[in-house]
Amino acid sequence: MNVAQPQALTFECETGNYHTFCPISCVAWLYQKIEDSFFLVIGTKTCGYFLQNAMGVMIFAEPRYAMAELEEGDISAQLNDYEELKRLCLQIKRDRNPSVIIWIGTCTTEIIKMDLEGIAPKLEAEIGIPIVVARANGLDYAFTQGEDTVLASMLTRCPDKAVETEKRKENAIQQLFNFGKKKEEIAAEESEYVKHPPLIIFGSLPDPVVTQLTLELKKQGIKVSGWLPSKRYTELPVIEEGYYAVGVNPFLSRTATAFMRRRKCKLITAPFPIGPDGTRAWIEKICSVFGIEPKGLKEREQQVWENLEDYIKLIRGKSVFFMGDNLLEISLARFLIRCGMSCPEIGIPYMDKRYQGAELAMLEQTCQEMGVPMPRIVEKPDNYNQLQRIYELQPDLVITGMAYANPLEARGINTKWSVEFTFAQIHGFTNARDVLELVTRPLRRNNSLKNLGWDKLVKEEAKV
Amino acid sequence: MKLAYWMYAGPAHIGTLRIASSFKNVHAIMHAPLGDDYFNVMRSMLERERNFTPVTASIVDRHVLARGSQERVVENITRKDKEEHPDLIVLTPTCTSSILQEDLHNFVERAQMEAKADVILADVNHYRVNELQAAERTLHQIVQFYIEKARKKGALPEGKTEKPSVNIIGISTLGFHNHHDCTELKRLMKDLGIEINQVIPEGASVHNLKTLPKAWFNLVPYRELGLMTARYLEQEFGMPYVDITPMGVVETARCIRKIQQIVNAQGTNVDYEDYINEQTLYVSQAAWFSRSIDCQNLTGKKAVVFGDNTHAAAMTKILSREMGIHVVWAGTYCKYDADWFQKQVSEYCDEVLVTDDHTEIGNAIARVEPAAIFGTQMERHIGKRLNIPCGVISAPIHIQNFPISYKPFMGYEGTNQIADLVYNSFTLGMEDHLLEIFGGHDTKEVVTKSISADSDLIWTKEAEAELNKIPGFVRGKVKRNTEKFARERKITQITIEVMYAAKESVGA
Repeated sequence: MNVAQPQALTFECETGNYHTFCPISCVAWLYQKIEDSFFLVIGTKTCGYFLQNAMGVMIFAEPRYAMAELEEGDISAQLNDYEELKRLCLQIKRDRNPSVIIWIGTCTTEIIKMDLEGIAPKLEAEIGIPIVVARANGLDYAFTQGEDTVLASMLTRCPDKAVETEKRKENAIQQLFNFGKKKEEIAAEESEYVKHPPLIIFGSLPDPVVTQLTLELKKQGIKVSGWLPSKRYTELPVIEEGYYAVGVNPFLSRTATAFMRRRKCKLITAPFPIGPDGTRAWIEKICSVFGIEPKGLKEREQQVWENLEDYIKLIRGKSVFFMGDNLLEISLARFLIRCGMSCPEIGIPYMDKRYQGAELAMLEQTCQEMGVPMPRIVEKPDNYNQLQRIYELQPDLVITGMAYANPLEARGINTKWSVEFTFAQIHGFTNARDVLELVTRPLRRNNSLKNLGWDKLVKEEAKV
Repeated sequence: MKLAYWMYAGPAHIGTLRIASSFKNVHAIMHAPLGDDYFNVMRSMLERERNFTPVTASIVDRHVLARGSQERVVENITRKDKEEHPDLIVLTPTCTSSILQEDLHNFVERAQMEAKADVILADVNHYRVNELQAAERTLHQIVQFYIEKARKKGALPEGKTEKPSVNIIGISTLGFHNHHDCTELKRLMKDLGIEINQVIPEGASVHNLKTLPKAWFNLVPYRELGLMTARYLEQEFGMPYVDITPMGVVETARCIRKIQQIVNAQGTNVDYEDYINEQTLYVSQAAWFSRSIDCQNLTGKKAVVFGDNTHAAAMTKILSREMGIHVVWAGTYCKYDADWFQKQVSEYCDEVLVTDDHTEIGNAIARVEPAAIFGTQMERHIGKRLNIPCGVISAPIHIQNFPISYKPFMGYEGTNQIADLVYNSFTLGMEDHLLEIFGGHDTKEVVTKSISADSDLIWTKEAEAELNKIPGFVRGKVKRNTEKFARERKITQITIEVMYAAKESVGA
């Protein structure tokens, strides 16, 4: 490959003509994460069609989400938004009785300027169910950023101490029921932790991963006071001024900002716990903020790397090209470069250099240590241009959306669907293998096919 | 506002994109926010398409809201023109552009001045039409555009082809088994000695559209797509068209006879009766199947049918007329074309259902408890929940409904495929029931399978156990009858005694 080798990371910005999922897709994983929630997407048939098709079989499992499908009367304001939403939310209350209804604002509600934030508090008081508003629309955001808007809104609902004690009173019976047991447990647990200010982790992860990361920190004597989001809306963590917060995912910059500005928390900027290198750096950074000497992390990381060797063998020395669509790209590229890959280009929908600061520094350092050229980071990429670069560079692996995967495979280029990284468990030491399982799958598959002689399955296109 | 979880027909722009991307070398540019290009994923995944889907988005973002999208749209059109050299660029409005109310017509005119390709604006309103109607409209629009263009240039070819020939109108990408149907129709035409003039839109080039009038007639196999175009061609050129879907033995014959009538009226003298006879009795297996004892066992079995107009109507007729199956109700989600459906099926089923609300369908299935369902993917899932087998006969569909092997629904091979589909659906149901009759392995606790079952009655353990001994396909009915009996007599607890008292009282 004849690519110039820049000494520092370069940032470019293209036209933004790229393929990604609409951010309303976040309801797919968030409704499963927050068990007592109901997501109401206020939009058109287009939004509904996307969700229906993107979520495939989940749609048939009586999901706790629905479309409030806008009709012509809603657009031209012949119908009253408040009354319409009230009617639907009462129906949801009756059928599902959720603890919270989350309204997802879409492009249409933006354009017709439906005042969701204004209507919600009034309706909330009237029907007695909290209503959280998140504007997860395609005008402003890409794919995973949808979760960011939901979490940023939900953050305002996290109790501070005062609310918490009041709630406790309401649940007096439940409290009594648990009291004896809890007291002992807490006493026993407290002794295992170092004394440090309360720490909140934000980012939606599957419960097993939450447990794994919590235990990982516990080994260092760090106590996790709460997660945003929690398993249930009614269990949102208490957040007081002066608490510390740390993110687990690279697309949560609005949530991070909200922690600092609205809740006066201190943000720990760390690389993200993706890959053993990222996980170690994440834990080390948290330890250093709390003045704790990390124990056994180096060995732990080393051990994980040894377990990955069979997969790393397959990708060492190969190149990977990220077309960019879910904002996990920087962290994944950093991990894969550490595995011995090179990476000419990292496409990414949106690059928050402050929130991802530590991750970017680690990427740069990793490139230097591994002796590979710095990738060009392309914000708001242009898929057409990227395809021309892919043809030219002929990377060993392209990580891309499903719109391009089959056509690239037909042209003999290995691809991995980027969406899978969003739904798979990829965080922490334990799941590093899962990331490589995904990354190496096309290479393993194509290894077994390689002698068949059918790499390119399209006829040469006529150049006009 | 409407609370919705599932829709049968997609939004309008999907229809337009299906037409545009079916043609060769036509590029669609959507005026849409980020993420609305999900069509590309569907085409690439469902159709397992090897080529890039010729659809790009001209992204509507905050800047566009502030300043209008004129420059951006024109730029994207001219850029695509240079990059891909398409013959035609179709600017496709979405729900977002519908409410922005920008003058897209004007952008098209401006872009046309710079672009080598033809540029048109798809004339569809998101809030008035659905996917199917939009596809219908767009196909008509493109055909009309090229016919008029040729006419203006004086390039419209004169006269008809020497031998009888046909245009097959309505084969499109992401259509249910469309590729296989197309192959089968071509084969059928070849058997009838009819040349294929053109197939549109799938695989067609817009440059050839001007030769459409050279065909002797048009064949529109699907009710949903192509009629508007066929009527236009009839009006402009007096071209007759056949709109009988050749699906099922009887309808295929009817379609062929209509073709015979049309070509003979234009000066040939063909007689297809022998061909129909030969195919029906000896080549296709469907007629023989309906006479065989396999099919005898299906007599009077209850089925329900739901889907788009074409497939639901054809299936209803096949089940009822060709297999002696009792179609309790037949339904369609094509509400805009409900009268036609009503007329087609009313004599072949007890009840006609027109709705696009999947819960209504679910409840209607639970209510009649058929032995098999023929519907869309949604009905397949309802069937799973109710333990009723389902054959998928219509979109909306999943990847498994784009089979690699040859599976047409039309023509004589189509009749074979349908016979298999029907037979397999019912035998699966029968096997299941035999298992249960002979003690089976039914240890399930669940007895409530209906969709809305808020029962206020208590079943004792013994009664519940007894109920579970009853074969699955009648269990729901027994349960309902018993509960009805109990309610009428103000009995709140159902014991074995109550169960049998109920049975005696209704003779169930």
